[in-house]
Amino acid sequence: MSTTEARPPGDSDLFAQVQASPEFVELRRKLRRFIFPMSVAFLVWYLLYVLLAAYEPEFMSIKLSGDLTVGLLIGVLQFVSTFVITTIYVRYANKNLDPAAEQIRERMEGSDR
Amino acid sequence: MSSGLYAAETVGKPGLNIGIFLVFVLITLVIVFWVGRSNRTAADYYAAGRAFTGTQNGVAISGDYLSAASFLGIAGAISTVGYDGFLYSIGFLVAWLVALLLVAELLRNTGKFTMGDVLSFRMRQRPVRAAAAVSTLVVSFFYLLAQMAGAGGLISLLLGIEDNKSTFFDGQSLVIAVVGILMVVYVLVGGMKGTTWVQIIKATLLLIGAAVMTVWVLGKFGFNLSDVLAKAVQNSPKSGEKILGPGLQYGKTATSKIDFVSLGLALVLGTAGLPHILMRFYTVPSAKEARRSVVWAIWLIGIFYLFTLVLGYGAAALVGPATILAAPGGANSAAPLLAYQLGGEILLGLVSAIAFATILAVVAGLTITASASFAHDVYASVLKRGNTAPDSEVRVARRTALVVGVVAIIGGILANGQNIAFLVALAFAVAASANLPTLLYSLFWKRFNTTGALYSIYGGLAASVLLIIFSPAVSGSATSMIKSANFHWFPLSNPGLVSIPLSFILGVVGTLVGGREAGAERGYAEMEVRSLTGAGSERAEAVVPH
Repeated sequence: MSTTEARPPGDSDLFAQVQASPEFVELRRKLRRFIFPMSVAFLVWYLLYVLLAAYEPEFMSIKLSGDLTVGLLIGVLQFVSTFVITTIYVRYANKNLDPAAEQIRERMEGSDR
Repeated sequence: MSSGLYAAETVGKPGLNIGIFLVFVLITLVIVFWVGRSNRTAADYYAAGRAFTGTQNGVAISGDYLSAASFLGIAGAISTVGYDGFLYSIGFLVAWLVALLLVAELLRNTGKFTMGDVLSFRMRQRPVRAAAAVSTLVVSFFYLLAQMAGAGGLISLLLGIEDNKSTFFDGQSLVIAVVGILMVVYVLVGGMKGTTWVQIIKATLLLIGAAVMTVWVLGKFGFNLSDVLAKAVQNSPKSGEKILGPGLQYGKTATSKIDFVSLGLALVLGTAGLPHILMRFYTVPSAKEARRSVVWAIWLIGIFYLFTLVLGYGAAALVGPATILAAPGGANSAAPLLAYQLGGEILLGLVSAIAFATILAVVAGLTITASASFAHDVYASVLKRGNTAPDSEVRVARRTALVVGVVAIIGGILANGQNIAFLVALAFAVAASANLPTLLYSLFWKRFNTTGALYSIYGGLAASVLLIIFSPAVSGSATSMIKSANFHWFPLSNPGLVSIPLSFILGVVGTLVGGREAGAERGYAEMEVRSLTGAGSERAEAVVPH
């Protein structure tokens, strides 16, 4: 059971059963509860940056210290937020997603043997 | 700054530049031959036997992603138009969150070799695979053009081979042809395994090279970034302090501001739709390793783009925008000129060899993706309806790689002299319009169907390509590809703002038009369970199936 071509008959019923199981519903909820709001958040934050750069150049050009401007700070903060979101997601997935996914997978592959 | 230094046709010693580059080619060829010996199956050729670790693949992804546009293009843009060039870095990086959160792991769990595998999972195979292959080939073609054009520009700077407008085949064309032939050799001999090792070597060299130059620039200014900026302002008499804030390139008119937003949108949504990036997720054994690769890629790419910020302003400070723009190769020569200013001929030779390696490796990655998509989706599934021996599929893939090589060489000669970062941004716009909506819908939306996928792929593809053709990027302005004609009516040079939302809408419309398909619910059940749990996903070759 390691290739897609050799799909035994009745296999898709197993998938439908698993899809309806409470464990799977919970896994999907946990995944979506994280990735959807987080995606909206980083896209809004990024678009805010793009719009500020396009329409508020005076604000972005304000000097903070020496020749370092607000625009440079916000730009670098985009890097920081990307690194932070990446780290948070990895922690979340390791703790909340991987064990549940593995459990369901093992049960399914066990039932194939 | 003595202008006499750059008055000569070349910078540095052409012989030395060629020598360093040849050493790189020789070393990588030996490695490619070495690892290529063990290529046997289709999974070997397309996905390196799924045997790379997440870390290795993460480095290779950085190698694939940090193209000539990132190194030469962004450094050049920041050095000449200042802050507006920084948008490329930020967009290119933030885009990876789309790949990390929404695409990479689910794709790894449901596909085999290509984007068509994922899309065809719960839809009618042949039309969807054909559509996926068409968009893969178009995106790869745009991306290839950018890289090949970059090779020509670099050569004019290093070897003093001028672009001869009067003949089709001149010295630069010869160099483009050599790049094309080399990449085909890498791909044919090494397959995905060989290509991946080339990416890993190249990414390591590129990161080290950029790090050394960054520390060097900062060191010259007592590790004070503000002093680098002050000197850059002082050295930019035309723009002055404007290089520190946005607007120099895109702030002139209401239209150009919208163009900036359009570019920003294409950059952030394009990455997760780039076929050669998607294909890299199949070279690792599991979704967890796919996640690990993206995490490595995000850190390496992010750090690299922070370097380019220093390199761009550093080039403005130490070389000066006027000198850069006057040099052969224009803005794209900022990084090599900065290397020459810092470390003389040797560093210039090294940095140029790295830039070459960058182009070569990215082009090889694109070639293998395009050939895999044609052989696996079009030849095996659409033409032969799945009745092919894996051997003949790989044979077709190899022949396709040859054809892609020839097309890339001809296209590269035609596109020679264009701005690299800009050309790549067009590839991103096409990828974001044609691929991303369909990928997201098929992974997350239960009702999505074949008609929706076809509307979205073909609609997004047609809209983005047509809008590019009728944009000021192609005709009607001083920086157009065709300066002598004017047939543009679309005001923006990047189509993303129109074509990406349009493709999302078309996906919904097509789904409503298409209605329910037989077996769609079962297909979605299987796809969803597999994508989230990894049950039944493609394993590493070494694991014996039980």
